[in-house]
Amino acid sequence: MLENKANPTINKSTGLPRKRFYRARAHSNPLSDSHFPIPLSPSHVDYSLHYPQLFPSSDQINGSKIQFADIGCGFGGLLISLSTLFPETLMIGMELRDKVTEYVKERISRLRVANPGQYQNISVVRTNSMKYIPNYFEKGQLSKMFFLFPDPHFKEKNHRRRVISPHLLHEYAYVLQVGGIIYTITDVEELGEWMKSCLENHPMFEALSQEELEADPAVKLLSTATEEGQKVARNGGQTFQAVYRRIVPAS
Amino acid sequence: MEDPPIEECEHDDVNKTEQDTQMEESKQNNKDVEVAPALIAVHPTQNSVAVSVGSDLRVFNVPEDCAVTLVDESGGASHNDSIRAIKYGANGKLFVSAGDDKLVKVWSTESWRCISTVYSEKRVSALAVSNDGLHVCFADKFGVVWVVDLPGVDGSEAPLNRKAVPLLGHYCSIITSLEFSPDGRFIVSADRDFKIRVTVFPKKPLDGAHEIQSFCLGHKEFVSCLAFICTPDYLQGILVSGSGDSTVRMWDVISGSLLDTCEVGAKAEQLKFDTSEANCSTVTDICTIPDCTLIAVAIQSLQGIMLLSCNLPSETLSVVKVVSIVGENFIPTSLGSSISGGLLWMVTGASKLSGSDHSSLSRVKVISGFRKSSPDSLEQEPVVLGDCEIPGGAKLLEKLQGSISIDEKVFSAAAEAVKTAMCNLLIKKQYSVEKRECRKRTRNDKKMR
Repeated sequence: MLENKANPTINKSTGLPRKRFYRARAHSNPLSDSHFPIPLSPSHVDYSLHYPQLFPSSDQINGSKIQFADIGCGFGGLLISLSTLFPETLMIGMELRDKVTEYVKERISRLRVANPGQYQNISVVRTNSMKYIPNYFEKGQLSKMFFLFPDPHFKEKNHRRRVISPHLLHEYAYVLQVGGIIYTITDVEELGEWMKSCLENHPMFEALSQEELEADPAVKLLSTATEEGQKVARNGGQTFQAVYRRIVPAS
Repeated sequence: MEDPPIEECEHDDVNKTEQDTQMEESKQNNKDVEVAPALIAVHPTQNSVAVSVGSDLRVFNVPEDCAVTLVDESGGASHNDSIRAIKYGANGKLFVSAGDDKLVKVWSTESWRCISTVYSEKRVSALAVSNDGLHVCFADKFGVVWVVDLPGVDGSEAPLNRKAVPLLGHYCSIITSLEFSPDGRFIVSADRDFKIRVTVFPKKPLDGAHEIQSFCLGHKEFVSCLAFICTPDYLQGILVSGSGDSTVRMWDVISGSLLDTCEVGAKAEQLKFDTSEANCSTVTDICTIPDCTLIAVAIQSLQGIMLLSCNLPSETLSVVKVVSIVGENFIPTSLGSSISGGLLWMVTGASKLSGSDHSSLSRVKVISGFRKSSPDSLEQEPVVLGDCEIPGGAKLLEKLQGSISIDEKVFSAAAEAVKTAMCNLLIKKQYSVEKRECRKRTRNDKKMR
């Protein structure tokens, strides 16, 4: 990280970190064995590290738990929009890339300083969500999961690296509460078809109706809140979303 | 977009030699990874005992006191590479074997004919048979558990070569062990990323297992083995697991909560006088002695086994005793027991030892004394049986071992090789930052400028 006396990594006028010093490749290999600390179990997640104002000590005596997870949160756009929309809810972003995670940490930290009392309910963690989601969340803990513009992994041999897949949906169904919602959006049509069909074919998910989609404030953020979404809009691209609810399977 | 500054590796000459040694190391590691431990399995009523070494499967019929000849006319291929898992299932009616040759073979234990050969896409690392004998599950090194249904348990049906379908997956993690719960409700899978997953075994397994019951999280290294303790009071079974973190842990599968941990590695260390070897207390196998709450644990450095007792009302584990093997080099690579026999069977051995002529030798030993006079105490102290005292005697040993007497050095080499193989396979490699950067430089996916 470049840091000199004038601290150019932080923009002087906005006080926020500058992206050019946190550049990283868009791809990160989810199969590689990276080394970053992973909590032994959900009860080992350090809430005082992520939400210092709400959890002054390491004991989770507050009782509330993380309810929203943004998988592959990128530069944090969605989390920041959700933070003020749902100020009472704890949320976390999960990102595989080291530098991007650092950027989001900086951004949240600066926003907290500039807006006292706000943005205390969001945080980011560097982790491989395809392997370690059960380490972070208990059964039925989450009420919302977001997968915005995931890596399409175009080649058929790489389809198994996609973050939405039949086997991974079992794990997402495990951490989502009954009635919890999974939001996905992409600008790649083939990936949109893939994600929709995985969700459609999974017995523990059912699609939201048109009325429910229109009534949900989070749905509007899908295409507008993130840097990726804004780029797609700028280029006049089309987006494909699939929003499903976790249900008890009819057996 | 500007590239972030890359840390330059300092001296190119040093890099070259580092890379060379890395290449040599990885070649050596690959060789060691090929070494497969000898395995043992015992029929529930001790009707037969099976040992696998490499691609060799050997079975001895105990009541009839004779070696068994396996008949394979199913039309499928025969085992031609290391067998990695063997198990008796369906109350002893079936026997399954699978391994690096990507074959899963199902045998009838009455006729010892192969009734089915299933082809796997990847090397198989673990096996389980459903209690009703209708399904066989096998796991591969990529983290997928497959399920195949069996035509019928009596071997008189024409052998069919069935196709397996995926049941569930641990994302990109080697699955080390698979077990069904005694009541058949759950299938438990353990992987090398420290996780144990309990999944509801569905009524229609071929449609996939969607419902995860719980995750048993708490191990700090790869999970190497699983077993269920089953007593008349606890018919649903209590799960115990062994791991590379040198502990045996006890779990409640319904909630996934950790009931107790036993630091078996530390206890084993206390017995040794030389502490020159660090980090060799991986739990390699565990075996529950049916109908009592004893668990036999094989630990990498221990010449013998450690016996643990599980106190069910208080849900705690404690070390009862260490049974040492004296007089010969014997570190068990696999354990087995039957329901009625009151004996613990052990085997040591390995396949494909580099530089050794003894490529398929194994040594079998038995510990007796597990018949219970009352639920809390054993009739007699566990004792290691001499060769002539074990059921089947010399004939059994000759069949299962491949020979009656074997040079001791073979087995110390075997134990070392198995230890290295397990470490290389299951422990994630740690590289320093400089090494990682150097490794990235030899990646071949960079675009040409």
